[in-house]
Amino acid sequence: MNLEEIKSEIETNVPGCRLEIIPNGSPSGQHSLLVDADHAFAAAAYLRDAPNRQFDYCSNATGIDWPIKEVSTKVKTKKIVDGVEKDVDEVVKTQTGGYLEVVYHLFSVELRQGPLVLRMRTEDRAERIHLPSLTPLWRSAEYQEREIFDLYGVMFDGHPDLRRLLMWEGFEDHPMRRDYVDPDDYEYEPTAHDEVLKRAQAHVAAEGGR
Amino acid sequence: MDEQLKSELRRQGVVATSLQELYNWGRRSSLWPLNFGLACCAIEMIAATMARYDLARFGAEVFRPSPRQADLMIVAGTVTKKMAPQVVRLYNQMPEPKYVISMGACAISGGPFKQGYNVLKGIDRYIPVDVYIPGCPPRPEALIDAFLMLQKKIDEQYLTGPNRPRHLNADMPSEFVVPEFGTHDLVPTQNSEVWKAPLVNISIAGKNESGRD
Amino acid sequence: MSVLTDTPIDLTPDLPNDRSEGQLLEVSMGPQHPSTHGVFRMDVTLDGEKVVKLKPVFGYLHRNHEKIAENESYLGCMPYTDRLDYICSITNNWAYALAVETLAGIQVPERAEYLRVITGELTRLQNHAGLVGFLMQDMGASGTPLMYAFREREKVLDLFEALTGARMMCNYMRFGGCRVDVPSGWLQAAQKVIDGFPKFLDEFESLLMSNEILMARTQGVGVVTREQAINAGISGPMARASGVNYDLRKVDKYGIYDRFSFRVPLGEHGDVYDRYMLRVLEMRESIEILKQAMRDLPAGPIMDPNTKIRGFRPKAGEAYGRIEGPKGELGFYLISDGSPNPYRFRVRPPSLINLTLLEDMCLGQNVADIVIILGSVDIVLGEVDR
Repeated sequence: MNLEEIKSEIETNVPGCRLEIIPNGSPSGQHSLLVDADHAFAAAAYLRDAPNRQFDYCSNATGIDWPIKEVSTKVKTKKIVDGVEKDVDEVVKTQTGGYLEVVYHLFSVELRQGPLVLRMRTEDRAERIHLPSLTPLWRSAEYQEREIFDLYGVMFDGHPDLRRLLMWEGFEDHPMRRDYVDPDDYEYEPTAHDEVLKRAQAHVAAEGGR
Repeated sequence: MDEQLKSELRRQGVVATSLQELYNWGRRSSLWPLNFGLACCAIEMIAATMARYDLARFGAEVFRPSPRQADLMIVAGTVTKKMAPQVVRLYNQMPEPKYVISMGACAISGGPFKQGYNVLKGIDRYIPVDVYIPGCPPRPEALIDAFLMLQKKIDEQYLTGPNRPRHLNADMPSEFVVPEFGTHDLVPTQNSEVWKAPLVNISIAGKNESGRD
Repeated sequence: MSVLTDTPIDLTPDLPNDRSEGQLLEVSMGPQHPSTHGVFRMDVTLDGEKVVKLKPVFGYLHRNHEKIAENESYLGCMPYTDRLDYICSITNNWAYALAVETLAGIQVPERAEYLRVITGELTRLQNHAGLVGFLMQDMGASGTPLMYAFREREKVLDLFEALTGARMMCNYMRFGGCRVDVPSGWLQAAQKVIDGFPKFLDEFESLLMSNEILMARTQGVGVVTREQAINAGISGPMARASGVNYDLRKVDKYGIYDRFSFRVPLGEHGDVYDRYMLRVLEMRESIEILKQAMRDLPAGPIMDPNTKIRGFRPKAGEAYGRIEGPKGELGFYLISDGSPNPYRFRVRPPSLINLTLLEDMCLGQNVADIVIILGSVDIVLGEVDR
């Protein structure tokens, strides 16, 4: 299963579709295909229906949160310091992340192929969080997309029944996001340590000491 | 009555007893648990009722599907925040006298899932618990031990006096506050009539311990 | 599969087309309900006895596995996997170990692979035995079949206890092998259990397989077609009962499953009876695999010596590993950012996804059939809600 071939196939059959191969650094070698949100549904429909692909089985749908993260990399540059050319390490700061991602693992039961890893990204993490739902294509995504909506807050356009799956109605926030602050309801263990100790001490300070 | 005289009479085939003993014997010998499992521990609870461990030997094999017919609630498994109101409501629906066994680490304190945002850190925040059995999950033998412990507890109850149990004291509550779903957590987060945060000397915790940096 | 084809099917579900006569009744089944296999809730709308709408409600056992794992080390996640599908902890360990091994490119020694197959198939045996017993209980055969099933299950649990120290939460596998080698005498004890298991199946089958009530209650009830099953991501015994020839032990050949000869039973009608029978047949195939694995078990190490399980930091990347669990395709999707904790730890829960078609299966059936349809799906709430 050649990802380059699949990419060019989709590009010819779904005009305007922007695709990108995301390399995977681990030995698993499961590289993935990033598809833009506007053409994702058409691309997925092509993958399902094309006779030489037949990805009829959408096994897994996952949400991932990528908050904005500053990555500093050291770059060696030549600079003239005091009139002498020297090798200087310069720290270059770049920003990555700042979006929510949904990953689908597609398999073909007929051709026994897979996994094809399909990714979609929202534009940011607050407002523009809409992605097309793939539930009309694969019903297996129905509950999983509801779960992603519940825990990450991705809005799936075209989902037949987009409600919270696991948390109760009326719950605010999306607890699987990495900046979620969980409710402060520990009672403090006799062996409080690390994070728990800090929170316990904050409680004691708030109550004026014990 | 004198214990020696009592045992002497029993040898003669005469059973002398007090109303209190008879009453407690009757209650402890037919505890009917609520047929109610939450998570992993429920499987061990079922195993305890099966032929090998045979909970029926202790008069507790009649698992009732309805809280109205049950007098023992075995909280077997993790109580999540979404489930906690239902657990308290079930407890309120049970008629007095009623008892609670908190089975497993999760029901006691949240156990391995204590850090979870949707996990209640112990069912004793909302309802009074009679017997705690630790374990993840406790073995069926541990559940049997909890039954024996509860039977012992019932045996020692007085029918009169200030220490009489809740169901004989009209002033004591038999229903407890059912928490409601809030926007981030349950409201209230605990029933302060039932549960107080345990006192922990935090000022020394984490310090002066060998093996820690 | 002559068993499945010889029996006639005459019960076709007739959907109510005139709902104006009776009033609709809304019933909330669960979360405390003796037949929902845990804290599962269904909001059912009934027209008399017939189901016209069914909406499952999840989350009553949402224990935040995925969030907790993001703050745990890779090794620290292993005991949590035990508690996902708490009936089959060993196969959960296996799926997670496989995902980490895929992520980091770890090789597993031969003896460990055999031990994985032996313990994994024993897990399948006790899961299916328990399921068949519970299904009978749901149908009203109160007590006896479940007692028989638990009697067999206890024998397998004794083996697990002798091997791993725990009856249910075995925490047996590590990435790169298994935690402990078998104690002396264990293999003989296991052989005895395996040899005795077909007798239980014979007994169970002669008691129930052609039972008239069983057939009347299960045949033609809760039908899933092949196309529906694939599209809804149904996996495991439930998909094979609908005729989907997709067993990951044959498709992916993970571990050493290509060394064993075994058959994949397939159903034809996709009803509750097929799902029940398929589990019974799968138990017989598992016994075949176990016999071969016990015969061929080699000597050698059980852990890959190059793997450092404490302070394990895989390279940045991602991997999806899946196995054929007793409930279906159990997958783990891990993303590493090079730190000691997984950046994302996703469980692909077969129990949840197999419930996708619950409403379709139940529509038009009687309310009492909901219970056995749900029982035949084989769910464990720890895995449904995670």
